Amino acid sequence: MLDGEKGAAAGMAMAMLVRFCAALGAEKLLDITRAHIDGCLYHGQAGLDFVDRLVALGGKVHVPTTLNVGSIDLIHPELMRVKREDEDPMRRLMSAHLALGCAPTFTCAPYQTRFRPRFGEQIAWGESNAIVFANSVIGARTNRYGDFIDLCCALTGRAPAWGLHLEANRRGQILYEFVGLSASRAASDSLYVAVGLLIGEKSGDHVPVIKGLPPPRDEDQLKALGAAAASAGSVAMFHAVGITPEAATVGEAFGGRKPDQTITISEADLAQALARLSKVPDGSPISAVSLGTPHFSLDEWRRLIPLLRRLRPQRDIPIYVNTGRDTLSELDRSGELAESRGFGVRPVADTCTYVTAILKEIEGVVMTNSGKWAHYAPGNIGVTVAFGELEDCVRSAAIGRVTRGA
Amino acid sequence: MEREAVAVIAGNAEGLALVLSQSLSFWGGIDVATGRIIDANHPDRGETVTGRILVMPSGRGSSSSSSVLAEAIRRKTAPAGIILARTDAILAVGAIVADMLYAVRMPLVVGDTEGLVSDLPTEIRDVGASCCVIRQDARTGGDR
Repeated sequence: MLDGEKGAAAGMAMAMLVRFCAALGAEKLLDITRAHIDGCLYHGQAGLDFVDRLVALGGKVHVPTTLNVGSIDLIHPELMRVKREDEDPMRRLMSAHLALGCAPTFTCAPYQTRFRPRFGEQIAWGESNAIVFANSVIGARTNRYGDFIDLCCALTGRAPAWGLHLEANRRGQILYEFVGLSASRAASDSLYVAVGLLIGEKSGDHVPVIKGLPPPRDEDQLKALGAAAASAGSVAMFHAVGITPEAATVGEAFGGRKPDQTITISEADLAQALARLSKVPDGSPISAVSLGTPHFSLDEWRRLIPLLRRLRPQRDIPIYVNTGRDTLSELDRSGELAESRGFGVRPVADTCTYVTAILKEIEGVVMTNSGKWAHYAPGNIGVTVAFGELEDCVRSAAIGRVTRGA
Repeated sequence: MEREAVAVIAGNAEGLALVLSQSLSFWGGIDVATGRIIDANHPDRGETVTGRILVMPSGRGSSSSSSVLAEAIRRKTAPAGIILARTDAILAVGAIVADMLYAVRMPLVVGDTEGLVSDLPTEIRDVGASCCVIRQDARTGGDR
């Protein structure tokens, strides 16, 4: 492949992979079945030059390949507050990836699409929350890929044989146990966010094992846990004993070895982790709500819509919901999207409110139920965040002030 | 002082050292237009990496740092070379891409960073076989 027998673009991608392997000390490559590319966010000309070069060389992806969010919402361009000349390279970067044969998913939750991998598949995924989800919840195998390298894997269908692709490196290293978890905390969505933040802060790039995690209602709670862990630290995989597929028992999670370290999680640790996400007290006025980081699933929409009907937010406080374009089409067909808009919901597809200029001119407090959004948004777009449960967010939008646990 | 280091990206560079006590994430950490460190939580905020031999423990943070390093190399706001105590795949990717796209080779080496001091003239020299020599002159005055 290096000498161009599969085309010049695959040759260039393979040359990069070989140099990457040398930098890592990986000795060989393995076959992959899918890729997810985190290359559509515009960080400057170099990213566009790279993809343009592959397009010019006639490149095509070698395996089914999904795309992460881009810098603009192609479905709702009216939401964007970007100058025309700045928008042009952002659009070009997204369309250049399509020219390489990537699917126009533009979502950070490729596991919600028909491209979801199965247990044991070797894949090359970018986007930190997707990586954790694939490894932990599905049991597919990927390292933390990112800019450029994920695309090289997609064009060649190969990835370096190292890290979490290999059985031995998927074993747990640090054991987390709960002490004195209250029933109300155990029943909340925010439990999973708080656990994610704590294991992210304390695990470095080691593999954490959580014992005693209350069985999640659905995979969205594990999505929130993984996204928070990957935001607060470099976690690429976690095990939850009795819940995730490579951890039926503590023994299986640790591959028969002893934990390097055991850490307890108390009710106070959880409360403090969540308190750090909120910068304002209850009662503060809010300007907007942002949901869906990572992208809101259909299940999450179907939990939101009854809350909208019950609490009827109508105060002109926009409720932004980041979601995949396929999820949005489904809601549109059922009429639920139109109904949601009546309560102030503004769907955002193809991107996310914390990487774009959608919220740029918003002053004041934005409320969210996402640990990941709360972690990144203040630095990325300069907003002040209040964190709460999904119901808290909807109620706060209805009342106009931060209202929690009502 | 002269010592050997492993070349992740082999090449030659010289400049004044900028030794950071904490690793820097290029994404969100530097202004790519000016090379200035903008990470509000970084102790060396306000320093400029452009043209320096950047010395730090390792890379840090988001994989988008690959893009930012490649873009900085393209804009000529990047360090002249980077010396890390522990290797970092994300920075390596950025440097490899800049080399492939723009034929600009910014050496990235991994070795002992103990004793390297900011603001002294420092050189990275390619000696072949994936090895570079780091040399720092202990002289004072002159450039300072």
